[in-house]
Amino acid sequence: MPKRLAYSLPDEVLEHVFSFIQSDKDRNVVSAVCKSWYEIERWCRRKIFVGNCYAVSPKMVIRRFPQVRSIELKGKPHFADFNLVPDGWGGYVLPWITEMAGAYPWLDEIRLKRMVVTDESLELIAKSFKDFKVLVLASCEGFSTDGLAALAASCKNLRELDLRESEVDDSSVHWLSHFPETYTSMVSLNISCLGSGEVSFSALERLVSRCPNLRSLKLNRAVPLDKTANILRLAPQLVEFGTCTYSAELRSDVFSNLAGAFSNCKELRSLSGFWDVVPDYLPAIYSVCSRLTSLNLSYATIQSPDLIMLVSHCPSLQRLLVLDYIEDSGLEALASNCKDLQELRVFPSDPFDAEPNASLTEQGLVAVSLGCPKLQSVLYFCRRMSNAALVTIAQNRPNLTRFRLCIIEPNTADYLTGEPFDVGFGAIVEHCKDLIRLSLSGLLTDCVFEYIGKYAKKLEMLSVAFAGDSDLGLHHVLSGCESLRKLEIRDCPFGDKALLTNAAKLETMRSLWMSSCSVSFEACKLLSQKMPRLNVEVIDERGPPDSRPENCTVDKLYIYRSVAGPRFDMPPFVWTKDEDLALRLSP
Amino acid sequence: MSSENGKRLLETDAGGLNFEATELTLGLPGEPRVTSDGGAKWGSKRGFSETVDLKLGDNNQEVKLGHSLQEAAKSPVSKTQVVGWPPVRGFAKRGKKSCKYVKVAVDGAPYLRKVDLEIYNSYQQLLTSLEDMFSCFTIRNYLNEKKIDQVNGIEYMPTYEDKDGDWMLVGDVPWQ
Repeated sequence: MPKRLAYSLPDEVLEHVFSFIQSDKDRNVVSAVCKSWYEIERWCRRKIFVGNCYAVSPKMVIRRFPQVRSIELKGKPHFADFNLVPDGWGGYVLPWITEMAGAYPWLDEIRLKRMVVTDESLELIAKSFKDFKVLVLASCEGFSTDGLAALAASCKNLRELDLRESEVDDSSVHWLSHFPETYTSMVSLNISCLGSGEVSFSALERLVSRCPNLRSLKLNRAVPLDKTANILRLAPQLVEFGTCTYSAELRSDVFSNLAGAFSNCKELRSLSGFWDVVPDYLPAIYSVCSRLTSLNLSYATIQSPDLIMLVSHCPSLQRLLVLDYIEDSGLEALASNCKDLQELRVFPSDPFDAEPNASLTEQGLVAVSLGCPKLQSVLYFCRRMSNAALVTIAQNRPNLTRFRLCIIEPNTADYLTGEPFDVGFGAIVEHCKDLIRLSLSGLLTDCVFEYIGKYAKKLEMLSVAFAGDSDLGLHHVLSGCESLRKLEIRDCPFGDKALLTNAAKLETMRSLWMSSCSVSFEACKLLSQKMPRLNVEVIDERGPPDSRPENCTVDKLYIYRSVAGPRFDMPPFVWTKDEDLALRLSP
Repeated sequence: MSSENGKRLLETDAGGLNFEATELTLGLPGEPRVTSDGGAKWGSKRGFSETVDLKLGDNNQEVKLGHSLQEAAKSPVSKTQVVGWPPVRGFAKRGKKSCKYVKVAVDGAPYLRKVDLEIYNSYQQLLTSLEDMFSCFTIRNYLNEKKIDQVNGIEYMPTYEDKDGDWMLVGDVPWQ
């Protein structure tokens, strides 16, 4: 008997040990130890994450992992959120559902992000997976309330239905009524993205009243405020609640009913919604504020004094999303009241106005960086910034892991010195050694990229716009950032040289997006030939890229690694090196 | 068609939005304009500050919003807007399902158009788009594709009559 067999444990034991290993990375490492561990591991892997749905084919996934219960897929690149990816580009989930319907009858969780989901897909899910439990559709589109009705009618064990930020067409079907009276399993329901016609309040009330395990409920803006109290009284066990329209004529009976309902909710930790907020109704939530850890006021158009009042009631806050109406004064109040704050996102109330309409500057962010020792994640829109502020922030908060700054006007310089922000962002990457995500803005030269390449060794995602002077900028990033997975660039003078020199790097990353840069179609074809495991997609609605003059640069470029080869669902405006247009099938 | 001069934005049935505050009335100076509620509003040639001055067919368009409009509108002239910048998610999408479609009538045009105000970020963009839509009536643009009757060369456009009795161009409102 070979020596190694004497040391090996029975498969069942190994499988049991592996079941404690949940993270994908660790699982991948386990499967690389030896052939027998690879085999055992692949049969017992239950959860799959595919960061780019075109990086692998469903058949390949199924072949390797035959017994998956939970899958997460992402489709379109991140810049699709800002309308940079034309409609019809891709990201269709139906081929995946079709394959999985046959191969994974016990699949119970599907999580999708930025994918096109049709009613047909939803209907297929409803009839193929008997024990279906979790559906999360984040920033998806292509389906209507018909598809939701099919799910409601068939999925007896559905626990989670989360449609966060998806676009849903109203087919006028009262889909909520399709949950049978015997259905009681809902734990988490997020319908905040639905329009007015799509939610029947009485059906909602009945659903909530018969689901005792409901922990998270996020309503849409069509439900009027006076009904909110009814819902809360039916579900005092809620941990997360997204209000509906928080606006009504101030009436003391409605107010006290609402305040009473909130005070019953002892488990409530997270609030969101607050569309059209009438400040007079805000005190209704004061009874829960001291326990709140998460507050999303990014739709609340209320002014600084009301925001300050609210925030001062929430000492346990860990996460705050808010509009720039909070102003520097509000952020200073936040810094003194909320010592547990970990994540702050400040959105612009009027992003397209050249003039600021709220007194929010770099000072607010500096105050929070000083006052909140646990601050890790920042997304901040503002209209002015200084290198000094950035350096201060970096020194105050070396524990930052996500730093996304958007100075609204492109190419804005340091308002104190007129200089670019190279030094400021340089300080961020130098001090914040665990930084995994960074978004740059303002006036920037190639220098900032040199700093990033030198210091940002843990950086996984970088977003760049209107920055840099030459290919050297891109080269610094691609050659220096060892952990880089996603790079998205727009309107920068980066071209062929940096791309071709660092071709091999691209295979170590999930994807690269470049739009309105200086890359030629020739370079794209060359890159594509050199790197067969990269899909190089030129997205150009102006017509065939090689029909244009030699010096013309491509409009948009999306490069991603793939073991599945070129995809078959490319629309006419996506150009690759493949001459054979017969491969193209219309979706 | 309509007996008034100039363009006017009418209230739309879907949405119940009150446009009186932002009502644009454009037209030849010197003509009295009748608003949707029937009362004559502005009369004189010197109502310049109360009208939007739009030079059609001109490469340099000036949009000067008058005082009364400025109260209703937020920003005067906004800069050229770059697609997808600033990177704010879903700003136009919030409440997108309640589409703000409005009818636009241009005197002398054989049919009206519908525009979705949600897709515009500024008055400048809206007016540019309106100019594009109605330019074929002020300047004969034979590059526009139209169905031509082969026998006598008359152009045809598909239209329909809506419930207000207005003739609308087919295709402005998405099929769904």
